[in-house]
Amino acid sequence: MKKQFNRRDFLKVSGGAAGAAAVGISLYSSTALAAKARVVIVGGGMGGAMAARHIKKADPAIDVTIVEQNANYHTCFMSNFVVTGHRQLDYLAHGYAGLAAEGINIVIDTVIGIDDDAVKTRGGKSIAFDRCVVSPGVNFKFVEGHSEEISNTKVTHAWKAGKQTQLLRDQLTAMKDGGTVLIGAPRNPFRCPPGPYERTALIAGYLKKHKPKSKVIVLDPKDKFSKFGLFTEGWRIHYGYGTENSYIDWINGANGGSIEALDADSMTVTAEIEDFEADVINIIPDQKAGHIAEVAGLTDDSGWCPVNLHTFESTLRKNIHVIGDASQAKGMPKSGYAASSEAKVCASAIVAMINGGNLESPAYVNTCYSVLSFEPKDAISVAAVYKLRQDGSKIQKMSGGLTPSGDKRNAAHRAREVDYALSWYENITSNTFAD
Amino acid sequence: MQLKTFAISALAATLVAGCGANQTAVKSEASDKGATKSAPVKAKAKAKPAVIAGASGAMLASTCEGCHGTDGASTGPATPSIGGMSEDYLIEAMEEFRDGDTQSTIMGRIAKGYTDAEIVAMSEYYAGVDYVGVAQSADSSTVAKGEQLHNKYCDKCHHDGGSDASDDSGILAGQWAPYLQYTMEDFMNGDRDVGRKMKKKMDILLAKEGQSGLNAIISYYSSQR
Repeated sequence: MKKQFNRRDFLKVSGGAAGAAAVGISLYSSTALAAKARVVIVGGGMGGAMAARHIKKADPAIDVTIVEQNANYHTCFMSNFVVTGHRQLDYLAHGYAGLAAEGINIVIDTVIGIDDDAVKTRGGKSIAFDRCVVSPGVNFKFVEGHSEEISNTKVTHAWKAGKQTQLLRDQLTAMKDGGTVLIGAPRNPFRCPPGPYERTALIAGYLKKHKPKSKVIVLDPKDKFSKFGLFTEGWRIHYGYGTENSYIDWINGANGGSIEALDADSMTVTAEIEDFEADVINIIPDQKAGHIAEVAGLTDDSGWCPVNLHTFESTLRKNIHVIGDASQAKGMPKSGYAASSEAKVCASAIVAMINGGNLESPAYVNTCYSVLSFEPKDAISVAAVYKLRQDGSKIQKMSGGLTPSGDKRNAAHRAREVDYALSWYENITSNTFAD
Repeated sequence: MQLKTFAISALAATLVAGCGANQTAVKSEASDKGATKSAPVKAKAKAKPAVIAGASGAMLASTCEGCHGTDGASTGPATPSIGGMSEDYLIEAMEEFRDGDTQSTIMGRIAKGYTDAEIVAMSEYYAGVDYVGVAQSADSSTVAKGEQLHNKYCDKCHHDGGSDASDDSGILAGQWAPYLQYTMEDFMNGDRDVGRKMKKKMDILLAKEGQSGLNAIISYYSSQR
C-alpha cells in the first residue's frame, strides 16, 4: 500500500537541504559512538542508497551514513521521458526521508577526500568510518570546446538527471519546426549503453508528432551499440529510418561520426567527417569514474575502479568499496539496476565482514528497458541473471537475452514491455529509497 | 579429460550446494591479495566456467525486487505482487516460464538462469513473507457484478475471493489489474497453460457474459486488499 505522504509531498515541504534538516533528518546518529561499526556511503544514488538500506536492514546495530551532494536524487533512467514531455521532472525525483526513517543518517554535502578512516567534506566535516562505500557515478571527458559549465547552460549532456534534463526539454520545445537536433554518443564503456539510442528514438517521436519537418542527427564514434538490431528495427518501423523521410540520421565511427570539437557559440560540432550545425545539441561525453574516486586513489589507468567482485572492496585501498558505474564490475553493464544489484551483494559482504562471518554466495541481476515509442507503445529489454565465477574473475551471465525482433516481433508484447518498464521504475525506486 | 571433470564437479557443486546450505565457506580475502586474475576455462567444452553456487533464498529473492518490489510487494502498475504466494504456485510459475509453457516478455529469459534448487529456495522465501495487496479503484456496480461471477465460476479454486494463498492458485485479490488482464489474455490465446477445469469454466463464462464479464471479475479482484 503506497504511503500517504509520498516523496512529492516531502519535496514540497522540505524545499531542499535546509528543509531536510528541519524535517528531522539527523546529521549524526547519537548512537554512532555506541554502534557496532560505522559505514559511510559516498553518493546517495542507485548504488549508495541501496547499499545503505541493505546494510541497515541486515544489521541495525551498524551505524550507516550517506553523504550526498544533492538534497534529491533524480534518476537518469526514464529521464528521456521528461526530455520528450511524457513526464515532468518531479517524476524522476527521490528524497531521503524514507531512508532517514529507517535510521540511516543523511548528510547533504560534497565529499572532497577520503582518508583511511574518515571522509572529508566541503562543508568542513570529518565523518569517521570502519568501512566506506563509494558510489559516485561517472565523470565526463569533455571534447575540446565543451565543459561542465557549457553543459549546464548551452550544450547539455543530460547524463546526470536534474537541471540539464529540464534544460534539454526546454531547448526542444523552443526549437522551430524544421530544426536539427544533434546527439553525440560516447565511446565504451559508459553509463547506460542503450540510453543515447532511446533518447534518439523518443526525440524522433517528439519531432514526428510536434515538429515533423525536423530531424535528429546522431554522431557516434562506434559502429555498433547495445540492442543495435532492436533499435534500428524500431527506428525503421516508427521513424522512417533508412528511407528518404527518416527522422533519424546515424553517422557511425567508420563514416567519420567521431566528435572532435564543439563551438558552443556558433552551435557547431566538428566531427571527423565534417562540421555539423544544429539548433539543439546534446553531447554525451566519454566517461570515467566519478571525480571523488579519482581523488581518493581508487581508479587505475582505465579511469575506472578495480574491485573484488564478491565484496566490491577496492583492490587499491583497504576498507573502501566501490559499486555502480564507477566500478569495474566485469561482466555487468553500467546501469542503475546493476548498481542496485552490486549494492545488495556488497552490503551482504560488508555485514559479513563486520560480523566476522562467511561471505554469502552472491546473485546478481540486470534488466534494461528502452522505450522506442509511446504511440504506439513499443519497448524493448535486455535482461540477465548472473553468478560469480569461482575464480572471482568475472560476474558470469547464467541466462538472459533480448526482446525478440524480426519475424518473432510480437507487437502486443512490445506494448506490455512499456507497462513493465514503468512498473520496474516504480518498484526499483521504492525498493531503493523507501518512498 | 580434465575439462569434462571440471564441468561435472561444477554441476555437482551446484546440486550439493542447493540442498540447504545458506552460505558457502568462502572466506573474505584481504584486499591486498587483489582480484584473482587466473584465466577461466577456455570454451573448448560447452560448459560455462564454474560459478559460486549455494546462494540463499533471500539473496536470490533480492534479485527480483527491482520489478516485483521490496519483499515481492509490487508498487505496480503491471508487474505482479509475488510475496506471500504459496511455494508450490511460485515454483510452478517459474518452471512454466523457464520451459516456455508460459510465454513471456522477460520472465523466460530470467527463469532460465536459475537451477531447480534455486527456484525452490526463492519460492520458499517469498512464500514466507506477507502478501501486500493494493486496492485499485473500480466502479462499484462492476465490482458487485464481478464478485457475483467470481462466486459462480472461480471461487471453487480461487478461495475467499482469490485471497487464499494455500489454494496454490496464486493470489488475485489486490493484484495489479493490468497483470490480471494480460494473464487472462495469455490463458485465452494459449500463451499460458490454462488447465482443463479452468478452461471449462472460462468458456462458459465468456459464452454467457463475454469479455465484459471477465473485466468485471478483474475489477472485483483488483479492488480488494
